[in-house]
Amino acid sequence: MYALLSSIPYWGQTILRLIGGSVAVLLPAGTIVYLFLFKMMSFMQSRLGPMEAGPYGSMQLFAEVGKWLQKEDLMPERADKFVFKIAPLVVLSSTFLLVVVVPFGPDAWITNFEAGVFYALAVSSVSVLGILMAGWSSANKYSLLGGLRAAGQLIAYELPMILAVVGVVIQAGSMNLQNIVVAQNAGSIFGWDGLGNPYLLTQFIGFIIFMIAVQAELTQTPFDMPIAESELVSGYMTEYSGFRFLIFFIGEFATAGVFAFIASVLFLGGWGVPFSWFGWTEINDVDNWMNVGGPLIMLTKMLGLVFIIMWVRFSYPRFREDQLQRFAWKILIPVSLVNIVATSVLKVAF
Amino acid sequence: MTIIGDRQQLAYIASQAADARVNVELETEGMTLNIGPQHPATHGTLRIIARLDGEQVLWAEPSCGYMHRGYEKLTEVRTFPQVTALVNRIDWLGSFANEVPFILAAEQLMEIEAPPRAQWIRTILFELSRIANVSLFLGDLGVQLGAITPVFFAFRDREYVLNLIEGATGGRFHPNFDRIGGLKDDLPAGWVDETRAVMKKMRKFCDEIENLLFGNEIFESRTRGIGVIPRDVALQYGMSGANLRASGVDWDLRRDQSLPMAWDKVDWKVWTHLDGDSYARCWVRLQETRESTFIVERLLDTLPSGPVMTKVPRIIKVPAGEAWVSTENPLGEMGYYVVSKGDLGPFRVKIRSASFNNISIVPWLLKGVYVPDIITILASLYFILGDIDR
Amino acid sequence: MLLPLQSGKASPLSSPTDSSAEATPRQDAMREQLLSDISACLGSALVQSHINVGNDLCVRVATDAWATSAAALKTSLGFDYFCFLSAIDWLPSPFGKGEEDPTAEAVERDTEIKQGLAGGETRMQVFARIVNHRTHVGITLKTDVPDATPVVPSWVSVFTGANWHEREAHEMFGISFAGHPDLRNMYLPTDFEGHPLRKDFPLLARMVKPWPGIVDVEPLPGGGDEDDAEGSAE
Repeated sequence: MYALLSSIPYWGQTILRLIGGSVAVLLPAGTIVYLFLFKMMSFMQSRLGPMEAGPYGSMQLFAEVGKWLQKEDLMPERADKFVFKIAPLVVLSSTFLLVVVVPFGPDAWITNFEAGVFYALAVSSVSVLGILMAGWSSANKYSLLGGLRAAGQLIAYELPMILAVVGVVIQAGSMNLQNIVVAQNAGSIFGWDGLGNPYLLTQFIGFIIFMIAVQAELTQTPFDMPIAESELVSGYMTEYSGFRFLIFFIGEFATAGVFAFIASVLFLGGWGVPFSWFGWTEINDVDNWMNVGGPLIMLTKMLGLVFIIMWVRFSYPRFREDQLQRFAWKILIPVSLVNIVATSVLKVAF
Repeated sequence: MTIIGDRQQLAYIASQAADARVNVELETEGMTLNIGPQHPATHGTLRIIARLDGEQVLWAEPSCGYMHRGYEKLTEVRTFPQVTALVNRIDWLGSFANEVPFILAAEQLMEIEAPPRAQWIRTILFELSRIANVSLFLGDLGVQLGAITPVFFAFRDREYVLNLIEGATGGRFHPNFDRIGGLKDDLPAGWVDETRAVMKKMRKFCDEIENLLFGNEIFESRTRGIGVIPRDVALQYGMSGANLRASGVDWDLRRDQSLPMAWDKVDWKVWTHLDGDSYARCWVRLQETRESTFIVERLLDTLPSGPVMTKVPRIIKVPAGEAWVSTENPLGEMGYYVVSKGDLGPFRVKIRSASFNNISIVPWLLKGVYVPDIITILASLYFILGDIDR
Repeated sequence: MLLPLQSGKASPLSSPTDSSAEATPRQDAMREQLLSDISACLGSALVQSHINVGNDLCVRVATDAWATSAAALKTSLGFDYFCFLSAIDWLPSPFGKGEEDPTAEAVERDTEIKQGLAGGETRMQVFARIVNHRTHVGITLKTDVPDATPVVPSWVSVFTGANWHEREAHEMFGISFAGHPDLRNMYLPTDFEGHPLRKDFPLLARMVKPWPGIVDVEPLPGGGDEDDAEGSAE
């Protein structure tokens, strides 16, 4: 498969990569919005959700996109126009930048980056910049409050995320996401390789911390202080309408999907199933059909993780920001540090 | 695991009390934020002007009047039945409860009483309007704090109660059912059994909300120790209803005054709490809702038969005099001071609405709290704009 | 058939204008005791009182003792719950109910100012209600507002909750409260002219155009508006 792909001229490969990247971002976003936001949330709230547009409301997202696209382009008079305009694009661009390192199959990746984890964590912080830009440039006190809260919260929860991932890196011995996938699927837990070595089981604490930090990075309840609909109307998104709001909206769910991709790569074994099921031992043994099956497996794992994120989102009330900060600094970071120490000790010992 | 430890809670209460004693005339640099009149959190068009220092409130001032309809002026040109229809709309979530004190005041002036069956049915409908009102509060409480799911359960279960009220009176929100001397009509067939079934459903709803919200640690950490009102401050401001009982004052107008209604004919319990914080106020309302379902069931068991209207003339001219009647409405103590000069309509009606007094404590209460706590405190005080602005 | 009342009174549907000649003179021992306690507490500030048997006690105090009476009642008799404070304008409305046909002749109206319970000497009175939350007994306090300069002492130093009520009474009636820290409008815009709840301030909706109900008015059954309290129709 790799030979097949490398025989396409470079510009062809680039186009394939662009299409693949766009699909990898937008398809999960659309699926998540329909399945979880429209349907799961509605069923949890004992109502049906959108039913009119398309069979069982499946075309609702297209209807919404169309609605927002045709709205008037409003901007507050005293807003900082340039910053106001590019803030949503910055948020969405971080999602696209993030998805390029995610491997979807043994050969179905966009870039195979040696420092993949490092790059992913660094680039995921770009969205913080976008949120701050949106909050500060909106000339609206509610947006300002939302931006201030976002600054504190998102920076505070970067650290637990990074520290949780460090444990995975120690265990896998590599920062390359493809190698991490292979290490999980080809590995074994104390000699038994029936399930491979998904870091979900061996890095359980890291997984929990990572999911909590992801919930905060996505500004989902219970960490949605920056948005806080009952206090700040929409927080940093208050002044955005029409196409710009659409970008924020898509960005929110696309980022949820991409973070879930990263989480499934890091903790759930990525695009693979345990190699022992098929008798493979290393990546070159993997058959070509896995390049089609891999993305499907990734989609399933991603939907599972986003289900948990959304489930918590629709159930819990929100933290006040001092409680939020206390939780991050006093509880999550010490626990993740302990996790790193324990992982390194066990890695050396075993 | 509580996110806020006990010591921090006490420190927070102490700092709040300390800030409240500071006379805030210092011109510190702060941001003036208008919360409302259009805002997702306020129950209507309430505007709060808050001066913030970062996330902390330096002072906050409600600015009422966006919904002022001039009720007291309007009552002067209407007859008593017309005023009854008008008064429905003060607290529009528990409408029947608004009519009752006014009708009782008119009946006090005329020195008549409604027949026992009418008194029972009045009390039952009063308690049903309390259940309808407070169940919406319980759902809305979640939304103010960020939990968006319980409000749908609240609306779904409230529909049963509204259907009952509609079945008896013809109107879901504005029944306009009370008349001087009794009620407009008797109950429809099958209403009693339907009500019993609905009361069981409402108890289940109360249990659900108790699990979803009150058992949640985040909810507890958001509401415990927030907005503490000591009991003497509460009495000074004239707070009433669950707000007062949550500060430890054992006073319920249903039990502690004798009106021609049926509350003293059944056994029920008054719920109080000693903390005086937001959690206490919400908790007391939850328990009161459950208690109301018990009251309704017991009243249905002892419902007497008979007429629902005494003999009153076709054209009612209420004799001259002054009367004050107040009842324990869902929002607090609601009373009418009716001055009559022997006409078809009143000369002056002073409407004492509960939320007006409940919200007058907001400037004192909000000094030094964080912005999210503003919303929590307002949610726990529970007001309806129509009640504040009349 | 008239049912016996819960309070034990069995009176016909006549207006209790002559309290001294009631068929069954019922005593309200609790309120009478309360009244003697209050007059002992207030002394000469107490001008007049009225017991509405079984229902309420109404006490009128002198204007300059308005705030001190409240403080005395709060500290010595335990009336520490502030219910409300407002005002009454006893002038009969010169506009009636605004229900007349504007093309018809203007009707002669009664302009005599007649105060209610516990008397009074002025056109406007401020009245308030305080309750003893332990004994659950409340009293209504009234005081006259001088016609020339409508100023009354403020209750804010006694009950903090009176702040908003006095603001509302000020904007609705034009009564000033001496000692109130911040007497601005409660409901109305700051530049509103006039005091709406005064009787000589018309209900604008009925002035602007004729009352729409005028086409629906039917003559009263039984003929005229006599007080046919007994035995009509039913």
